Amino acid sequence: MTDPTPGQSPPRLGPSTIAIHSGESRQKLAHSITDPIICASTYTFANTQAVIDYIEQKQQREEYGRYGNPGEDVIEKKLAAIEGGEDAVLYASGMAAIVGLLMTKLSTGDEIIFFDECYHRSREFCVKHLTRYGVVTRQVKACDYEAMAAAITPQTKMLVSESPTNPHLSCVDLEKFVAIAREHQVETLIDATLATPYNLRPIEYGVDYVLHSATKYLGGHNDLLAGVIVGSAEKLDAVRNLRGIMGAINSPHNVYLLQRGLKTFELRMQRHNQNGQALAEFLENHPRVEKVYYPGLKSHSYHAEAVKYMRGFGGLVTFLVKDADWRQTANVVDAVQIPRIAPSLGGVESLIEQPLVMSYYEQKPEDRQRFGIPDNMIRLACGLENTEDLIADLQQALER
Amino acid sequence: MKFRTKAIHLGNERDAQTGAVVPPIHVASTFVQHQAGEWREFDYSRSGNPTRKGLEETLAALEGGCGALAFASGMAATHAATMLLRSGDHILAGSDIYGGTYRLLHKIVNRAGIEVSLAPATDLTAFAQAIRPTTKLIWIESPGNPLMSITDIAAVAQLAQRHDCLLGVDNTFASPVLTRPLELGADIVMHSATKYLGGHSDVLGGALVVKDPELFKQLYFVQNATGGVLGPFDAFLVSRGLKTLAIRMLAQCETAQTLAEWLTNDPRVTRVLYPGLAQHPGHDIARRQMLGGFGAMLTFEVAGDYAQAKRVAESTKLFQLAVSLGAVESLIEQPASMSHASYDAAARAAFGITDGLIRLSIGLEDVEDLQADLDQALQA
Ligand SMILES: Cc1ncc(COP(=O)(O)O)c(C=O)c1O
Ligand SMILES: Cc1ncc(COP(=O)(O)O)c(C=O)c1O
Repeated sequence: MTDPTPGQSPPRLGPSTIAIHSGESRQKLAHSITDPIICASTYTFANTQAVIDYIEQKQQREEYGRYGNPGEDVIEKKLAAIEGGEDAVLYASGMAAIVGLLMTKLSTGDEIIFFDECYHRSREFCVKHLTRYGVVTRQVKACDYEAMAAAITPQTKMLVSESPTNPHLSCVDLEKFVAIAREHQVETLIDATLATPYNLRPIEYGVDYVLHSATKYLGGHNDLLAGVIVGSAEKLDAVRNLRGIMGAINSPHNVYLLQRGLKTFELRMQRHNQNGQALAEFLENHPRVEKVYYPGLKSHSYHAEAVKYMRGFGGLVTFLVKDADWRQTANVVDAVQIPRIAPSLGGVESLIEQPLVMSYYEQKPEDRQRFGIPDNMIRLACGLENTEDLIADLQQALER
Repeated sequence: MKFRTKAIHLGNERDAQTGAVVPPIHVASTFVQHQAGEWREFDYSRSGNPTRKGLEETLAALEGGCGALAFASGMAATHAATMLLRSGDHILAGSDIYGGTYRLLHKIVNRAGIEVSLAPATDLTAFAQAIRPTTKLIWIESPGNPLMSITDIAAVAQLAQRHDCLLGVDNTFASPVLTRPLELGADIVMHSATKYLGGHSDVLGGALVVKDPELFKQLYFVQNATGGVLGPFDAFLVSRGLKTLAIRMLAQCETAQTLAEWLTNDPRVTRVLYPGLAQHPGHDIARRQMLGGFGAMLTFEVAGDYAQAKRVAESTKLFQLAVSLGAVESLIEQPASMSHASYDAAARAAFGITDGLIRLSIGLEDVEDLQADLDQALQA
């Protein structure tokens, strides 16, 4: 909360209390219990002196909608508190957040190194677009720390990874990752979209920037797009400035839905974790399943890292259908009744997709092989439905 | 299909045209027809709106009804139910109904020549005696407010059936997660969707759910003719709220149970009214009737006078001082000075609403934080 009793350090509050109350003032406009949706594109000044006071930074306030709005201030404080970071910058989408951060921090001649398992658009932005500005991007195999250290040059500015990665759910050893960065004095970025701050808190291990597609679990209802970067106020200052110029700000209506979604954040994550774990275990024991990728399974290659760093393992489960070609795999996807066929994840509704078709359809087979996307892979994003219903549904689809 | 799956999927079918995973918000007031005199499914938004209809389908599924109608507020829903009656008919209501319902029955509905009387629904013999030959509608709430009295809904439903009158249950406090009155024999379930269904203190809404298609038709006629319908933006917010209803409600119940047990053992508290406590007079019925929890409303009496209770209610830092209930934020209020202030002191005493009572609406904050907050407030 923003107004603790002066002189008294507030006790550390639980995750739900923080998600519900942090960032909000206890007395709001018109004393309403929820924050109003302020749609204004611009904000008025009482007189010329007020404008001057604002420019001379004697008074903190809104000026023009592209630089921020009151609802967004609340959500940024709330997201920073949930993540355990100092400050947060909100964007119109997760991609806008990635682009905003990298465009702020990198210039011609700089280099970044990222683990190669990642959201395909993040990779595309780095490889196709950052390179146009003369930024060198180097991909190394996910979780190969030696390769990452070896790729560092004096021009390297940042090390980047998702954790868990999409869709293989490899989990980064954050201590190793940060140690390499510190040794070479470069910054670190973790896209923790798949984990959320409920399950993983990279800042506690010294990561500089944590990024989320808030479209996913933070919003949680498949009804908004948003992205956020959390980090120190000092490091985020320039990021916020560039956002004001590039203009990928979130809208007041969206921001309200995000705020509303966060009120049930802990509860939703607990259920996503339960459903993810239960479905992963069910699939692992099913004769038609060749392999399951889920950090909460003992058989997962990164189970040790997951257990060390994560509180729960999320709702995303990736699996391979045994002895199936792409069509037989698609038949399983098509036979499912409850999860809907769609990209994205993290909402109350379960979603299902075949990465080959949904995200890698236009890639060459050898590229798909390089990215580790076999034809028989299915990605299931567990929502909040009853576990029994989801298991029964997957079972009938696999046994059809 | 289980409850959570229904809440997320039924009434939220994929939009066929765009594939949108969340149904669109249809703000149109009117719908274009293809032929004069041949109506499509939707013609005018008072008569039907796709966004509202989606919500109504979800509600019908959750309450086990054949149909539901969404209204602009809980009171608009209750009022619509009373419009089934005509001059000379009688309504028998439980004696601990919501104050707004009391006002509606005694100051508005009575103007149409409909008679109204109250009797304690927790005392089945007395309640049965209050039924008249002209009684057409029985209206009850469980748990009741603010004493959390528990009414045996199945028993009252049998009474209603024997006397050939309709039973309406205001299920606002329990929500369909905990109690499904239609399955217990009630004819109409009413909700203030403002509370748990919406769940985020950001909409006003109401609903009626029924199990008999003929009764549904009659109520639909009333709704369309009188017009107290829920707007599409609010319908969207309630639908969104329903998707987390079960997990919210059960978590809130668990916290309420823990706090009730803790308060029971606190010397600064003289009495705790919560159906989940073995010593609560309605506990045995509640155990049969409520599934998975005993609700998230809890009332207690502080040792001390009116001023002491007022001080406690004003001293919390997490609980916010406000009426209403059912949302993610915990609320606190003093019935004697707030929700039941319109009763005079004698009436309050008669109904057991003492000056020291404090009513809590338990939200979703972590139980340790809420307990610490109450602890410091009780010290005030
Ligand atoms: C891990 C990860 N990062 C970033 C993004 C991009 O976020 P957005 O779709 O909100 O732009 C996505 C999702 O699409 C994602 O899954
Ligand atoms: C039990 C109960 N019934 C009905 C209502 C009236 O609902 P609304 O305020 O949505 O009109 C309320 C709310 O105040 C209530 O608590």
